[in-house]
Amino acid sequence: MIRAILAVLLLALPAAAQPRETLTIGITQYPATFHPNIESMAAKSYILGFVRRPLTLHGQDWHLACGICETLPTLENGLAVLETTPDGRPGIRVTWRIREGLRWGDGTPVTAEDLRFAWEAGRAFETGFGPAEFYRRAYEFLSSHPREATLRFDRVTFEYASAGDFQPLPAHLERAIWEADRRAYRSRTRYETDTTNPGLWNGPWRIAAVQPGAGVTLEPNPHWNGPAPAFRRIRVLTVENTPALEAQLLSGQIDMIAGELGLPLEQALALQRRAGERFRFHFQPGLIYEHIDLNLDNPILADRRVRQALILSADRAQIVSRLFDGRQPVAHSNVNPLDGVHDANVRQWPFDPARARALLEEAGWRQGPDGIRRNAAGERLVLDFMTTAGNRSREQVQQVLAAGWRQAGIEVRIRNEPPRVFFSETLSRRRYGGLAMFAWISSPESVPRSTLHSDEIPTPERNWSGQNYTGFRHPRMDELLERLPETLRREDRLPLWREVQAIYAEELPAIPLWFRADAHVWPLWLEGVRPTGHLNPSSLWAEEWRPRR
Amino acid sequence: MIGLIASRLAQIGLTLAALSFAAFLLIGLMPGDPIALAIAGDPRLSAEDAARLRALHGLDTPILQRYLAWAASVLSGEFGHSRLFARPVAELLWPALGSTLLLLGVAVLLSAAFGLLLGALAAARPGARALVDATAILAASAPTFWIGILLIILFAVLLGWLPAGGQSEAGGLDAVRFLVLPVATLAIAGLASWARHAASALTEALSSPWIVTARARGASLRRVLWGHALPNAAPPLVTLAALDAGALVGGALVTETVFARPGMGKLLYDAVMGSDLNLALVALLLIGAVTMAATLSADLALRAIDPRLRDAP
Repeated sequence: MIRAILAVLLLALPAAAQPRETLTIGITQYPATFHPNIESMAAKSYILGFVRRPLTLHGQDWHLACGICETLPTLENGLAVLETTPDGRPGIRVTWRIREGLRWGDGTPVTAEDLRFAWEAGRAFETGFGPAEFYRRAYEFLSSHPREATLRFDRVTFEYASAGDFQPLPAHLERAIWEADRRAYRSRTRYETDTTNPGLWNGPWRIAAVQPGAGVTLEPNPHWNGPAPAFRRIRVLTVENTPALEAQLLSGQIDMIAGELGLPLEQALALQRRAGERFRFHFQPGLIYEHIDLNLDNPILADRRVRQALILSADRAQIVSRLFDGRQPVAHSNVNPLDGVHDANVRQWPFDPARARALLEEAGWRQGPDGIRRNAAGERLVLDFMTTAGNRSREQVQQVLAAGWRQAGIEVRIRNEPPRVFFSETLSRRRYGGLAMFAWISSPESVPRSTLHSDEIPTPERNWSGQNYTGFRHPRMDELLERLPETLRREDRLPLWREVQAIYAEELPAIPLWFRADAHVWPLWLEGVRPTGHLNPSSLWAEEWRPRR
Repeated sequence: MIGLIASRLAQIGLTLAALSFAAFLLIGLMPGDPIALAIAGDPRLSAEDAARLRALHGLDTPILQRYLAWAASVLSGEFGHSRLFARPVAELLWPALGSTLLLLGVAVLLSAAFGLLLGALAAARPGARALVDATAILAASAPTFWIGILLIILFAVLLGWLPAGGQSEAGGLDAVRFLVLPVATLAIAGLASWARHAASALTEALSSPWIVTARARGASLRRVLWGHALPNAAPPLVTLAALDAGALVGGALVTETVFARPGMGKLLYDAVMGSDLNLALVALLLIGAVTMAATLSADLALRAIDPRLRDAP
């Protein structure tokens, strides 16, 4: 009997000493498609981060860097050349050279032909790739070397080196399907019909199994020529319900929760209080900008003094401290403090109810008998305040802000709507009467043309596109937003960025609240995960993830 | 009988056609088409992109025209593609249906079996009636998500005996482990109606004169209960089973969500919320067809059980 027990223990010992081979990650969303160029979606970006490498990306330092290219094109190194387009406009020719030895998971080299196919499919608008601006501007594809691709653009912007969503597609697998029926390509692509085909993936891992709606299993790509991944399997499971996600973490079914698509901050903070010793928590402030859009067509809000009074009587620092444990930086403009173009000297509005009251008096709003202010015509200072119904965090913030504004003599009527109605009807058709609280997500040094340029105010003539929901019209802002993309030297752009932020903070088309933080929950034994806070997820560097020895 | 079946099948056909039209209109006219949602989420989509994508998804044609095109393709056996999951509808529907049938099938069987036992106990032992009623009320009034979360905390988080959710990749016995908690949650929730219906029907049957006579002749309680009372108490239970059949394919949204288990409930919810007309309509029609077919089967079964119904119109 004793011998049997000893034998079992001896057998168990080497097993216990073995390194961890599988990492199981929980996320809250399942991708609608695995095709890299169709639709943008956080879950897709996260999973594709493990299995594909883009041409260019924003690094963990928020600067543009090469993904699979050898050198970032610049005017100085000659890989970008200013030229004139055939119709006489200023243009630019940009060359990316693909890193040597890069192969798809079936061993086929990644070549310029894969980029040519992606360009051709993107240019054929019936293919149905999402935003087509990049492909409209890239009017010619040239290649003089199997690993070299040159695009000619009919517009010169400072972002010329960024390939954005333009990513290589395996032409040896996909071109025939696309050529057979371009309109049906979206549904016939192997990314949907044969997702586990290794030839679709060129990253450190490949998708080895798919459980639709539930998750994917990744295994190392044998043809990956970068640093070898430490895990033999990665499982990414989708659990949409966050209490269920937390339960799976606590029961050990999943090892970590990805911050990019994980627990809401308040839930993560509560979990940290209860189980802080079992996991490592990391709160990464990011580019998600929480704010309140003000409808400037409303005569009350058209007065800048009222807008300033609103921000002066909103105790944003206190809200962040009490509701979010101080984890989310208060925003003073729409530019994130982690962004290289952020101006630390931008005007910062403190919580100052006395000054708010003075500004309202100056604007002609006098205290009424019920505590709510009235103008000379006897109209009460009442504004509608909308956000996404069911978002507990926003609804809580709404209550605190409403109480603060009531103290200043401003009444807000809370009229929340389901997100679907709020975003697709009320906001995008500018049907909100006063205040609308929601968030924007952008990328580093993203020019806010769509939200601030007067040409971007949604109208039926524009098919309701454009995101200038506030109706902000400011000639100098328009001019800056037009000059910024065309200013190629970073040093020359910085003063323009400072001015954009100054106008924003002074004019207040929106009330900046805070920049949201992602809550990452990792096992104690895992190291090397480095969240970015921007749109390029931490999974793009997952080959650096290691179990702690 | 054949006439009855034929007329009921015709009714089912008409109802399904009306259901599909109503559902198409309701989902199609919901605020926010997919392109409007995409525009709100992606600043790079221009007016030109919006028009192009609307045309690509066929959203630029009148809704009636779209309905007719959809109906023609369904009648020709082509269910179309899910816009939300970029896959053929059938490819999504059958695995979800399989998962739901397994989950709900086992749960319904368990709740029916235990509910019948509790009902029989309440009918045969009047002293136990209060206990059975209390159990049924407790099961009926506890929300499903609450039962689910409690079971997860106890058996997955604290004791670590069972998985907190998801589906097994290995299959076999491992798959059974993943089924235990969601099945228990649904079985507890379904227990109440079975217990109360069974108790009431069996109590009524046990007080019938022929049962009293059988007991007076010396038949045992067990024989009287299962051999005589149960067949007479069957009609309301058969109706209850027919009603459960619709739910069987409709899925259990709350349980599927709490246990992160793909199934018909979640699929239908996602399809409706995501304006995925192809997927939502086929799922709705399937649920409608099964519910109506089950009701027809129940009617036929009742006629077989109860001779008095055979001459009814």
